[in-house]
Order: sequence, then structure tokens, then C-alpha cells
Amino acid sequence: MKHAATLTINGMAYPVELDGDTTLVRAIRDDVGLTGTKEGCDDCECGACMVLIDGRPVNSCTYFALQAVGSEVTTVEGLADGETLSNLQSAFLDQGGVQCGFCTPGMLVSAHALLRENANPTEEEIRLALGGNLCRCTGYAKIASAVMQAAKASV
Amino acid sequence: MGNVAFHTATTVDEALALLGDGSDARVVAGGSDLIVQARHGKSLPGTVIAIHRIAALDHLESADGLTLGALTSHATIAADAAVRATWTALADASALVGSHATRNVGTIGGNVMNASPAMETGGPLIVLGASVTLRSAAGDREVAIEELWTGPGTTSARPGEICVAVSVPTQPANTGSAYVRLEYRRAMEIAIVGASACVTLDDNGIVTDAKIALTALAPTIIRSPGAEVAIVGSDGNDDALAAVAAGASADAKPISDLRANEDYRRAMAGVIAKRAVAVAAQRARGEEFPIPATPVFMKGSGR
Repeated sequence: MKHAATLTINGMAYPVELDGDTTLVRAIRDDVGLTGTKEGCDDCECGACMVLIDGRPVNSCTYFALQAVGSEVTTVEGLADGETLSNLQSAFLDQGGVQCGFCTPGMLVSAHALLRENANPTEEEIRLALGGNLCRCTGYAKIASAVMQAAKASV
Repeated sequence: MGNVAFHTATTVDEALALLGDGSDARVVAGGSDLIVQARHGKSLPGTVIAIHRIAALDHLESADGLTLGALTSHATIAADAAVRATWTALADASALVGSHATRNVGTIGGNVMNASPAMETGGPLIVLGASVTLRSAAGDREVAIEELWTGPGTTSARPGEICVAVSVPTQPANTGSAYVRLEYRRAMEIAIVGASACVTLDDNGIVTDAKIALTALAPTIIRSPGAEVAIVGSDGNDDALAAVAAGASADAKPISDLRANEDYRRAMAGVIAKRAVAVAAQRARGEEFPIPATPVFMKGSGR
């Protein structure tokens, strides 16, 4: 059963027609066409699909797309200012916080939410805030360094 | 996937009307349990009723006992000053659920109605004496939390009922509570075993009342009478705590699964129950203990 709806993603309204059980990650990737958000485990474990819903991190693989109607969704594409990377994105490049890159969108979204709540986190706070994001390359040290660098840059 | 009707209710009455007799419809709050279960072979009903926009179910009041609207998120509970001060075991548990993302979407109502024997908030709700309010077209009824769970994933709620609130009574003076779990990692973890304790002390520091519950150690979360008897009347000394551990291990009815085998779970039941009682007693004496009571071990960790 198709449901006509409008999803608001990165400030843009996208009219979509969705099945009732379509998950948000599938709608973002397949219906809207923003492929920065990744589907990793598709089981609410790995965090590759992390997006912000009204500013709070949510696993989009485990959220019905139609639940997001009426909310502001932010994906990794929404973190940069046009062609200009955010401090956090630049810090990931500077510190080598990207290996295969598959977890990176989710890491950026979670870290972005952390830095908005806590502009000067400790390494432990960073690691706890990224606890729901798995990196199969295990490059956690450089990811944590990148978030530290971004925090210093914005304080 | 495909043939599912989706409705977003904005009032409880609207949700109840859509739910009907409950035979082919389910309510969803955060979605984190329902969608994962659907992916693991439990098919979705013909109609999904999203209740996350029902503003009347998202509230937390703590003036006279604690009342949590069913949509109160784990994040809200874990951060609430009154919950942390008075119903501390619940704050311990809510702070451990999943990850930041899970705590944002996961709700107390969804958590209790999902009825997992490994759920974090269940043990604290038992030892703190909680009840749930279930609403149907016929009206509201109150069910003690210990009467709600009938088995893994099953409850005594009737088809067509929706959980609208979880209530926890005011606690007596000199009472402290704690939830401790055994975990392999901090985030996106489920208790290997868990224990909750709520103890009340008299003016001489003697335990006058204790409730102890075991998590992931039976088909539902259970009380441990053996552990409770062992601590009441004592001042919480090491001998009494050893007896708590023995009582908890004896009362546990663990299974073996991929997370831990039966013998290990039984042995750890005692260890974790003892820790929960020790922290609860410390808090009852007015001593600070970090929330969550389960320490995190990682690089740069202070404890």
C-alpha cells in the first residue's frame, strides 16, 4: 500500500510515495536519492545509517520513513555548507579518520550531534557518543582524534 | 515487505480506534524493537499505528511519585534530576540502553510492552514497585509490573490495549537503588545478566527492606527471594553480601545461548546481584555513586 508523503531532508521537501513498512534509510537512498547515508548491518547495531531527526541521532534503518513526516531530517549531505566542509569533516581528513569510508557518514552525524551538545568533550565522552557507530577498519583512534581536533577548532 | 497500512495517530482515542480488536494492527513508538523483529521473521501486522506524535503521552512528572508517559524516552529518563536522585536504579538502566540513538527513540512504554527478559529498565521498575496503565475503549486499568510480563515477549495486556503510562511510587526515606549489568561492551549491548536492588535502611544502617530482581536469568525478569532474605536485618557487611550472591545464583533459572552459557550466567548472577545491593546500600546511606552504576572500562576512563 503506497502512502503519499513529504520528507524534509537537509531543509528540502521531497514528495515521495512509500510503502507503510519502508525504513527511513531506504527512503533516503532509494526514493530521495541521497546515498551518503549507508545501510550497514540493517539491524540497528552498526550506526552507518545514522541521521539526525529534529537534531537527535537516530538509526534510520530502524525507523519507519513515514514516522519522519513532520520532522527535519539531516543526513551527512547536510553537514557541509555547500562546497565548504564543516570543521568536523575537515578534521576527519586531516587526522586520517577515514579508511574504507563506509562508517564515516554515520560517525560524522553522531559526532556532529555530540559537538552541538558538548562543544568541548573529553576523549571518553567522544568514545561513548560514538559507541553506536562501528568501524570495521577499527580506525577508532584517528576518528576520536578528528573529533578532538574539530572541538578545539570550534571552541 | 510491502503491504502494510501506516497511520500516524495524534490522540490515544484515535490510536485505539485504529487498533480495534488488535488482531491485525500494532502500535509503534520508536520502532527499534518492532522493525528489528520484523527483519528477524516476525511479520508486521496489516496495520502499523505510529503513536510517536501523541503529545499527551510524552510527559514526566515527579512531584508525587514518578509518572512517565509511555512515550518518555530513555534519554529523558536518564537525564532527569528527580529520577537520578530518587529512582536511581531506573536512571542507571535508562543510561545503559543501546546507544545515544537508541535512547532518543526508545520509550519506556515500548520497552515494558516488548517484554524482553533482558530489558534494562524492567528490573529497576520491579524493585521500585512500578505499575503500568493500560488503556482500551473500555477505560484504564492499572497492572503491577510484576503481573505484566508472562514470558519472553508476552504480556498480560489484552488485545486492543495500549500502554499509556508507567508509574513508580515515592520511595521511603533512607532508600537507595541500583541497576548493574554484566556487559561485553558498553554500546548496543544487552545484559548478559543484570541485577537491580532497592534497599531501605533504619537510622542505625540496618537494612529493613530489600527488593532484588534478576535480569536475563529467567523467562521473565524475576524477584530473588533468596537474595532479599539474605540482606534484610544486616548492615550490608561482606558476609551478608556473600549470602546475597548465593541467594541470587540459587534463584536464577538461566539458559545457555550465544551470549553466555547457563553455568556462567548462574555464577555471574551472584556477582552482579552483590554489586547492585552494595551500590544501593551506599546510595541509601546518602553516598554518591556514579550513574550508570555499571563502570565503563576504556582508554582514558577515570574509573
